[in-house]
Amino acid sequence: MSIDMSQFYQTFFDESFEGLETMESGLLGLDVGAADEETVNTIFRAAHSIKGGSATFGFTAVAEFTHVMETLLDEMRAGDRMVTEHAVDLLLQSVDCLREMLTAVQNEDAVDSERVSNVQKDLEILLNGDESSAAQTENTVEVVSENSNNVSTGWIVEFKPFDYLLKTGNDPVRLFRELSLLGEYTTTVNAENLPLFNDFDPELSYLSWTVELVGDITVESINEIFEWVDDDCELIVTAISSQDEEVVVDIDASAPEQFSQEVEEETEVSPIVENNVQELKPENAPEAKTTPAPAPAPDKRGAKKPSVDQGSIRVGIDKVDALINMVGELVITQSMLSQLGENLTQEKLEKMQDGLAQLERNTRELQESVMRIRMLPISFAFQRFPRMVRDLSHKLGKEIDLRLLGEQTELDKTVMEKIGDPLVHLVRNSIDHGIEMPDERQAAGKPRMGVVELNAFHQGGNIVIEIDDDGKGIDKEVIRNKAIEKGVISENEVLSDEQIYDLIFAPGFSTAKEVSDVSGRGVGMDVVKRNIRELGGTIEVKSEKGVGSKITIRLPLTLAILDGQLIRVGGDTYIVPLVSIIESLQVRDEQVNGIAGQAELYKLRDDYVPIVRLHDVFTLKPDSEKLTDGLIVIVEGEGNQVGLFVDDLLGQQQVVIKSLETNFRPVEGVSGATILGDGTVALILDVVGLIKLSKQERIKAA
Amino acid sequence: MTEAAQQIIETDIGIDSNGETDQFLTFIMSTEEYGVDILRVQEIRGWDSVTPIPNCPPYIKGVINLRGTIVPIVDLRERFGLESVEYGQTTVVIVLKVIGETSERIMGIVVDAVSDVYNIKNEDMKPAPDFGSVVSIEFVSGLATIDEKMLIILDIDTMLNSNDINAVAQPNVEQ
Repeated sequence: MSIDMSQFYQTFFDESFEGLETMESGLLGLDVGAADEETVNTIFRAAHSIKGGSATFGFTAVAEFTHVMETLLDEMRAGDRMVTEHAVDLLLQSVDCLREMLTAVQNEDAVDSERVSNVQKDLEILLNGDESSAAQTENTVEVVSENSNNVSTGWIVEFKPFDYLLKTGNDPVRLFRELSLLGEYTTTVNAENLPLFNDFDPELSYLSWTVELVGDITVESINEIFEWVDDDCELIVTAISSQDEEVVVDIDASAPEQFSQEVEEETEVSPIVENNVQELKPENAPEAKTTPAPAPAPDKRGAKKPSVDQGSIRVGIDKVDALINMVGELVITQSMLSQLGENLTQEKLEKMQDGLAQLERNTRELQESVMRIRMLPISFAFQRFPRMVRDLSHKLGKEIDLRLLGEQTELDKTVMEKIGDPLVHLVRNSIDHGIEMPDERQAAGKPRMGVVELNAFHQGGNIVIEIDDDGKGIDKEVIRNKAIEKGVISENEVLSDEQIYDLIFAPGFSTAKEVSDVSGRGVGMDVVKRNIRELGGTIEVKSEKGVGSKITIRLPLTLAILDGQLIRVGGDTYIVPLVSIIESLQVRDEQVNGIAGQAELYKLRDDYVPIVRLHDVFTLKPDSEKLTDGLIVIVEGEGNQVGLFVDDLLGQQQVVIKSLETNFRPVEGVSGATILGDGTVALILDVVGLIKLSKQERIKAA
Repeated sequence: MTEAAQQIIETDIGIDSNGETDQFLTFIMSTEEYGVDILRVQEIRGWDSVTPIPNCPPYIKGVINLRGTIVPIVDLRERFGLESVEYGQTTVVIVLKVIGETSERIMGIVVDAVSDVYNIKNEDMKPAPDFGSVVSIEFVSGLATIDEKMLIILDIDTMLNSNDINAVAQPNVEQ
């Protein structure tokens, strides 16, 4: 076969990672002791297709590893093995391990072979029964090394297909053709199961074969041929020369652990096996290993993710259909308009206007549905949490009930990718710092099990994500003292509750008394805040001591489009994001107060709001410098309100955000640019940056 | 066909076998003629109004919409410290592809007028002497002579990636 397999790699990886996710969520949902058969089946099927795929593409290490998992799962499926906590833990570890292996293969990195073989070994120990594990493995190794001397002579392959083999699309003839390529072979057909002609079902296979293969053949190459049918047949491969030793490789799951050992032995060199044996010896008590791998580093996984989904996206067919419909309508409107335009007379003018209105509607709908393609349900970001919470609660000895709400809430893919890590961090914080130990909770009169709730919903043009826990809450005094100690604030500074909670986002700030490897290093929260700000979102903390805390994140639905208010200063047009505008008003002189002749404050009801003159900050020529001639737009950024002095308000419109950085560089006070209806470029103001800029200017001017 | 163009074609044929030539688009600023690698030229367009960028050095005129992409425009006269002139009929924007360390960018330069396209053999390129001050020598990749005229070949990657374009300008504070 000369098909270039590499063209299918991406599909294989996509499917495998999807399979891993299925396995993971399946495993997490598995009830210890009374496993749901269907769930086990699902997990098994996922493992099986990963194994099949990786073997086809020649990723043998992955295939071997998955094979061991599959065997274990198969026993569970058949009911031969109880679903124990230990087994589930181990399988989850294997899933992690497999994910790393696949990522490594995909990026052509080296695989952490030590970890892989450790996990594989654990799996094998579990499979072999825990008591005699070490001894047994040693045995196997001996047999194997003997066996590898005998490779050259040949094999007897007993191949008994199950009667439905043909229905699965497999043809024994092809298998034999492949076998014949390996070496000299003789086949004996066993037709004793053949029924009478009347009972003969042409779709079933009744024959079995014994094939004698002579030549320098490895067992691996034989197994490779039968890779696809190993569930649909009984296959026994026996070495010819060492029949007294009986090295039996039965792929049909009775002793696959041996098989994989052998394969390893034959393809690699012996030192690996020796290593393994040494590692195994002190492990007579395998339970010692059952604790989940120390912090399975979701950060790392998160960081690797972008390289994994190289920008491909799965779109529901309904969304594509909607898009096609829309384009159809657009084409109709267009042809209608061009027909009208051919000989336009006065009386057709009204029709023309109708047509244009329709065109506008079509365009907007089209835009919306194109945007919808980029929207994914937030469950993509949420799905990693059950696993993480499970691992963390084990590790910290806390009992936690994780509730996920609003998983179907959709948001832009780019936003989703960037919000993943901050969310992980916040959830980890809630669990580590928020939820108390069960005993502590009981003493405080709360249920032993703590609740962490993740909730996502739409609100206006925003998506809101809330992380709510019923833990011990944030102790304002502790934060305050810590901030004073770290020199973030001075001792007699008076802070509102909000400002105190804001302190936890200050760089280098950690209130944890001890640094655990879960959190508390004081990096992170500032990064969380920065990431969210970069997305144009806000984060807000509410907490009550002893009752719990709630973190609310607000994000724009998409990064590509924004509702903007057009403003004018002199001859230039700028856009202020509508979300940051609170109100616009005309100035009355008596409400403007000066401070030290420099700063101007506007009295807005009960508050004083500093006035920022856009023409000063951007060095523009305004129509008039008199405040009463223009308008003030009250905008808010990061909790600060300022009044932006502009000449005039123009219209409101949706604008498509274009990056200035692609061809230029970031500009302070400007978050991007857009193209207006007349084809000219208008800059989009970054309110937070603008406030900063105006402060700098004032300091300089002073 | 102009005489100059005729000559280009003739020289073209003459050098083809040699292969070590590069083509340069030249343009005029005051009385000097400058050249840029023609393979970097995306298009030449007439001067049109730009959207100014606040708090940028004056030679950055602003940004334009180039079929949906935001492209910054640099006035080369001001960049080189030449006396600025009123933009007129022949004033053009040459849109160039600039290759930086990490990325490719599209930028436009405003010049007085485009002039010609020349083939220049590599061996005919002379290194530029250090003429200090205004035009940093780093921006000039060489000098060439065509018809007794001196051509200044610009290294646009260095010129348009240099720090003073990338650095955030201090906001001008008027007192």
